[in-house]
Amino acid sequence: MACMARIVFTQQLRRFTETPEVNAPVATLRAALDAAFALNPRLRGYVLDEQGHMRANVVAFIDGRRCTDRIRLDDALAPDSQVHVLQALSGG
Amino acid sequence: MEQRAWIATRKGLFEMHRSRGAWDIARVHFLGEPVSMVLPPGPGSSPGRMLAALSLGHFGAKLQASDDAGASWHELPAPAYPPQPEGAPVAGVEWKLRQVWSLEAAHGSIWAGTLPGGLFRSNDGAESWQLVEPLWNQPGRAEWFGGGYDVPGIHSICPHPTRAGELLVGISCGGAWMTCDDAASWQLRADGMHAAYMPPGQAENPNTQDPHRIVRCAAQPDVLWCQHHNGIWRSTDNAVSWHEITNVPLANFGFAVVVHPAHADTAWFAPGVADQQRVPVDGALVVNRTRDGGKSFETLRTGLPHQDCYDLIYRHGLAVDDTGHRLLMGSTTGGLWASDDGGDRWTTVAAHLPPIYAVRMG
Repeated sequence: MACMARIVFTQQLRRFTETPEVNAPVATLRAALDAAFALNPRLRGYVLDEQGHMRANVVAFIDGRRCTDRIRLDDALAPDSQVHVLQALSGG
Repeated sequence: MEQRAWIATRKGLFEMHRSRGAWDIARVHFLGEPVSMVLPPGPGSSPGRMLAALSLGHFGAKLQASDDAGASWHELPAPAYPPQPEGAPVAGVEWKLRQVWSLEAAHGSIWAGTLPGGLFRSNDGAESWQLVEPLWNQPGRAEWFGGGYDVPGIHSICPHPTRAGELLVGISCGGAWMTCDDAASWQLRADGMHAAYMPPGQAENPNTQDPHRIVRCAAQPDVLWCQHHNGIWRSTDNAVSWHEITNVPLANFGFAVVVHPAHADTAWFAPGVADQQRVPVDGALVVNRTRDGGKSFETLRTGLPHQDCYDLIYRHGLAVDDTGHRLLMGSTTGGLWASDDGGDRWTTVAAHLPPIYAVRMG
């Protein structure tokens, strides 16, 4: 079985909507997010705004490193990357 | 239960019931979450449906609906801006919903006023929303700017009670805008207001006025009242012209205003010292009431804190019921007061609620 990136969402989101843990053969952060949104379309609006940008007070870490682009979301993933989508403390 | 009210706060939606002459907290919804506005159950395209707008610190503005007066809730799509065109002409304002700041239902539609300045409409009971593009796309929007927030916002929506398709909105800071053709076209309706915060030559510009709150009298809809950033204005001709009320006691600064539903000459205000000092005058909370269209005022303070009080009543923090007798007033530091006699006497309902954003009967 090929290595797959894994994406995990903060448990804080679970009081609003389902947060599937996804393992998918994806090459970018956006593709990983899209794989999760395919399972729960409502999740998109909690992580991204209506322009498709990461919300100002949400942050994604890729293998422990904060993602660098919040608009294109094109940070590269390794085949076995671990992605964590968390709430940024700037949001209160 | 004799009556019901809803208190939208920084940390939840508080449902108040009045029974045996006293208001009590009956239920708390969304405890811990910021609720920026509530639309009580009522007639409309979905009779009995109520809405709560959440403003989640991390995850954006959301909309919750209840068809059983708060016994259960379900999420609906929040208003969303269309894709922002490349090089959109208004610099600095992203086409992104920041907050639902106002909600009103009339003539089969629900209207949502938002930060950053878009008005949305739903004709299916909030199941879906459309941006009112003729207002959003009018060139004058380039002059709007934030008042209390980084971006402009629509805080007041005043449908005409009998003429469907006629609506006035108040914008901080973008004046007041009227449509008479069901939102197809819009006209500025802030003539007569002046802005002390603008540079010389710009004070009279109707498009940069900061009406903190505008309300319309239900029985005499040509009469509108406005608590403005630097004064109080009144219109008796459906916002064609506005006239400043100059003899306001204590202070003419404030955010909230409500008008008696049947008597257009009666309105209530909650003054603060001034824009640079947003606290009650001399640490004593009061309500200013006029019953003669602003010719004179009474300053009402019986039952309200008399000293060491720093409560501010924000835009939507004052509400009057359909009789015009019962008032509720909530503050940004979590005080809630009630009056049964048009403001003559007040009682404390709660002293330690979260910061109160909106108070609504219904």
